[in-house]
Amino acid sequence: MTSHGLPRWADVGLLPLINILAAVIVSGVLIWVIGENPFEAMAVMFNGAFVYSGGFGYTLYYTTNFIFTGLAVAVAFHAAMFNIGGEGQAYIGGLGAGLAVLMADSFLPGFLLIPFAVAFAALFGAAWAFIPGYLQATRGSHIVITTIMFNFIAASVMVGLLSGPMMREGQGSPETRIFEPNGHMPYMHEMLGWIGIEVARSPLNLSLVIALAAAVLVWFIIWRTRFGYAARTFGHSPGAAEYAGINTTWLIIAVLALSGALAGMMASNAVLGEPHKIVVNFTSGYGFTGIAVALMGRNHPVGIILASLLFGALFQGGTELDFEFQTITRETVQVVQGLIILFSGALAYMFAPMLARILFMITPEREPA
Amino acid sequence: MAKNKKKDGASAPSLALSLSGISKSFGPVHANRDVALDVHKGSIHGIIGENGAGKSTLMNILYGLYSADAGQIAIDGKPVRIASSSDAIAHGIGMVHQHFMLVKTFTVLENVMLGAEKGFQLDSSVEATRAQLKKMGDEYGLSVDPDTLISDLPVGLQQRVEILKALRGANILILDEPTGVLTPQETQGLFEILRALRDEGTTILFITHKLHEIMALTDRVSVMRQGEMVAHRETAKTDMEELAQLMVGRKVLLQVERTKVEAGEPVLQVRDLEYVDAAGVKRVDGLSFDVRAGELLSVAGVAGNGQTELLYMLSGILAPTGGSIEIGGAKVTADNPVDAAHMRDLGVSHVPEDRHNRGLVLPFDAKENSILGHHNDRELGGLLFDRAAIAERATRQVTEFDVRPPNIDLRAAQFSGGNQQKLVLAREIDAAPSLLLIGQPTRGVDIGAIEFIYSRLMEMRAAGCAILLVSVELEEVMSLSDRILVMMDGRQIGIVDRDAADENMLGLMMAGVSSEKAA
Amino acid sequence: MSDFLLQLALALDAMFRVATPLILCAMAGIFSERSGIIDISLEGKMLAGAFAAGAVAALTGSPWAGLGAAIIVSILLGLLHGFACITHRGNQVISGLAINILASALAIVLGIALFRQGGQTPSLGQSERFRPIELPFAEALQNVPVLGMIYSEIVSGHNLLVYVALAAVPITAWVLFKTSFGLRIRAVGEAPEAVDSAGISVYLLRYRAVIIAGLLCGIAGAYLSIAHGGAFIRDMSAGKGYIALAAVIFGKWRPMAALFACLLFGFLEAVTARLQGVELPIIGEAPVEFMLAAPYILTVILLAGFIGSAIPPREIGEPYPKEK
Repeated sequence: MTSHGLPRWADVGLLPLINILAAVIVSGVLIWVIGENPFEAMAVMFNGAFVYSGGFGYTLYYTTNFIFTGLAVAVAFHAAMFNIGGEGQAYIGGLGAGLAVLMADSFLPGFLLIPFAVAFAALFGAAWAFIPGYLQATRGSHIVITTIMFNFIAASVMVGLLSGPMMREGQGSPETRIFEPNGHMPYMHEMLGWIGIEVARSPLNLSLVIALAAAVLVWFIIWRTRFGYAARTFGHSPGAAEYAGINTTWLIIAVLALSGALAGMMASNAVLGEPHKIVVNFTSGYGFTGIAVALMGRNHPVGIILASLLFGALFQGGTELDFEFQTITRETVQVVQGLIILFSGALAYMFAPMLARILFMITPEREPA
Repeated sequence: MAKNKKKDGASAPSLALSLSGISKSFGPVHANRDVALDVHKGSIHGIIGENGAGKSTLMNILYGLYSADAGQIAIDGKPVRIASSSDAIAHGIGMVHQHFMLVKTFTVLENVMLGAEKGFQLDSSVEATRAQLKKMGDEYGLSVDPDTLISDLPVGLQQRVEILKALRGANILILDEPTGVLTPQETQGLFEILRALRDEGTTILFITHKLHEIMALTDRVSVMRQGEMVAHRETAKTDMEELAQLMVGRKVLLQVERTKVEAGEPVLQVRDLEYVDAAGVKRVDGLSFDVRAGELLSVAGVAGNGQTELLYMLSGILAPTGGSIEIGGAKVTADNPVDAAHMRDLGVSHVPEDRHNRGLVLPFDAKENSILGHHNDRELGGLLFDRAAIAERATRQVTEFDVRPPNIDLRAAQFSGGNQQKLVLAREIDAAPSLLLIGQPTRGVDIGAIEFIYSRLMEMRAAGCAILLVSVELEEVMSLSDRILVMMDGRQIGIVDRDAADENMLGLMMAGVSSEKAA
Repeated sequence: MSDFLLQLALALDAMFRVATPLILCAMAGIFSERSGIIDISLEGKMLAGAFAAGAVAALTGSPWAGLGAAIIVSILLGLLHGFACITHRGNQVISGLAINILASALAIVLGIALFRQGGQTPSLGQSERFRPIELPFAEALQNVPVLGMIYSEIVSGHNLLVYVALAAVPITAWVLFKTSFGLRIRAVGEAPEAVDSAGISVYLLRYRAVIIAGLLCGIAGAYLSIAHGGAFIRDMSAGKGYIALAAVIFGKWRPMAALFACLLFGFLEAVTARLQGVELPIIGEAPVEFMLAAPYILTVILLAGFIGSAIPPREIGEPYPKEK
């Protein structure tokens, strides 16, 4: 039994589904209110995300972003820290990846350049999270506020760089030049083509594999290493961590840096994978979506992968809405995202008492408490 | 005495308060079961029981902070419904809580005003409250400067503010364990105030687990045990022995078998130890003592007099700001601090006072808790944990300490208080320490587990372990120790041999009287 | 020299216009946070208010109806925040984030559904907006040196909501420190158990605080779309809610200090707008991005304890349990 009176399977499995269902129902009502058929909209989105040629590739492309940012949020959550700065860390991670490629794509071959660039992305993301982590650990500045502020600072830095020193020559728009091909993350359709499997062209690239590997790695770190043990101890009880002799200053900084590194690695997909240059605002809120993903996935890598897939499908399906409907657009997906954060996050246990009563009624005999 | 005044009247003494059939469960735990209580008007009525007997729950129900599952409450003979503290206040009930309900950043005046303001603008309330505070100060000796911030007041005066707040228009005053934070002298002062209030007609409910307070103060007493009301007595017609029996539910109080152990070399040497906290307050002030192998030294004192900080320094959670600690060949000073992990390596084990926030991670299972503080041990694996080794260690601890149920996959939160304490003790003793620090070993622990814990401590002592015990329970201190160190205000009032000490003397020392004078 | 003075006057004039939504949101944030509820949804409430004002003013032709709609919508979002954080004891940061995302998306979805202008509301005519008010004697005093100029150029000539914002500050201070309601609001953020045991409902107090926060954010939103601007434009709040939150922290949860933080941040932005692309002596081209990020950087530095210390209400972010 959990503290909310639910058996564990219902708490982990059923309740999240009910919360998502609530979000979907409210979204459906909204679509109906503005005069469209919610089931039609759903069909269009499903079609766009899974059926139409290349659609699934796009879905997985978005999924990749969300796995990175979702893991970033989850790692920090395990140590009871709310890293709301994934957006900024991913943005600065993009700077790292971009700088690496812009510096070295004239002479480094791809198999060296790509790992180098991904490492730079992680390093820059980690560095951007390091500062709030350091300030929290040593000066007690609240991580939520500082990471919010760092999102805005990152945005200013990037606009300044992209419209200044890093701007592509002879161009008016704030973006870098396009990378040389050895700085491109290999496309999935190309790689599958090498081994004889034909799939439709899509921006899906090797980053998905990196993301999945990161998920496995995070699972091991959190549940099988001393570092993960220390992080979870601190997350549940800072007093116990202090009692156990865990160096909490170092731990806070290390967890935040790991979180930032994961967020920064999103750039391996959203910069190196496609569009092969840094553009202003390439993070497009994916860092914030990571919060929804972590909440929905209950901070577990498997849950995060599933939630990322759902959000990937929503984002890709959402772009189809623009084409098919007059009045509903991809922003509808953002509404769904907001509702999921609301129901799976802030109102996570709203349905718990009701569900507990229903389960109690339909379970004939219960062992005495 | 008010009681006698009543007897002169023609009618039987009227009841200020009458409870019947009160029940309250928290999940599977019955905190109150079919509780009945009659309280005579203008009397001091004591409610006594061990920790966890359900006294606080009952009072919180009466004050509207908890809602009872069943039962009736009548005030002045009229049935009332108390769904919130505002209902309770409206019915003339005031409460002084065990944990003060004060806004620390407010002044005394603002705190007393809160909830009793007159009108939207504060100006008029300020003047009225100021006048009222002066009146209360004059009449009952409850004087306190209205413009001081609560955070600048000593604990005794903070409690006075609580009483002033609770008295606003109250006929019935509840005090929940009010003496836990007071010295014996402050306690005497409180008792005088309460008697004065009683003589003015206020009905007082006094909750405690200390027998001598019941005998010294109350007119009547009710005894609670395991959520039930087991007896009502007139204080004059009962004695400590009977009440003690009623409280614990059996004839014999705990007897600890102490074998004679020849103490060996000093294991711990503390010299001029000091701790100044972040706010600049000196919490520990010049302690010097040794604990030898095979010796149990107790640190006695009213809670909050520096014992916690002492434990934290000895266990490496806090670094001393002055003086030195010598243990296991290392010398810890302000310039050479040692963290909790390193202290463990030096042979120090620590059963903390607060097992919920320190000694255990409640959402972790027994396995994960069995390695808390030892998660860096080499035998638990390399880069990744060796899960079999962890399970083996947890099973060993759970078996040796008879933890029930013996299920290492259960989360710590799912064990009872006594078994949680056994989990901590098992882990700390499993490390084979040369020095065992143990704080409030029996707080919130059932009798059966207490006996078990005591006998384990005696075994450790016999095996040559040095033990430093911090406890606010004088009985515990008296029955376990070889020597007793008394602390007040961070200072070491004295160290006495157990055989040379009695409770009265320790009580005086806890109030700051030196051991020579106290003896 | 007089050119510099004129520029300064114009910048100060612009400062008030830029700072108005910041001030309103900062006062909202003070009420909410003093009561113990973290409010990062200032941004979302303001944006939703801006949309409601723009839409209703366009539909009815009345700025007053627009203002009313903005307030109602913003209060409803405040109540949602309360429902999640007070009644259901949810995480306050998550709830605020959800509201920000919802407000930003819903404004566009509903805007497209209602007006089909890509998420904007129709441009408003003069009579559909709050217009600048010439204060009495502004014209007459225009030529009086210094004081007259300050009065006519900087103080006079703003729209009603600017003055509402400036009035909101002393009112907030008065309510917080001179009334029983304010005493209780401050107490409930520091020690809700003290409030509870005094027989006052913690939940009701906190709900009142989030409603007031909603009211103020609604006015801020209306200011953006129907007073300062002439239509709702997507994401027009552009982080102002977060800057206001920074001002609350910078002002250490005190109305007057927060006002000065808002004016400082507003001044920085006003000056930045004037310095876009301007070559300055010594430093060269104006570091516009740096100046825009200044509020955030300053807040981080403050939070790190390098400029005094900012101690939040003790129980901020902690839901109050009904039964312990």
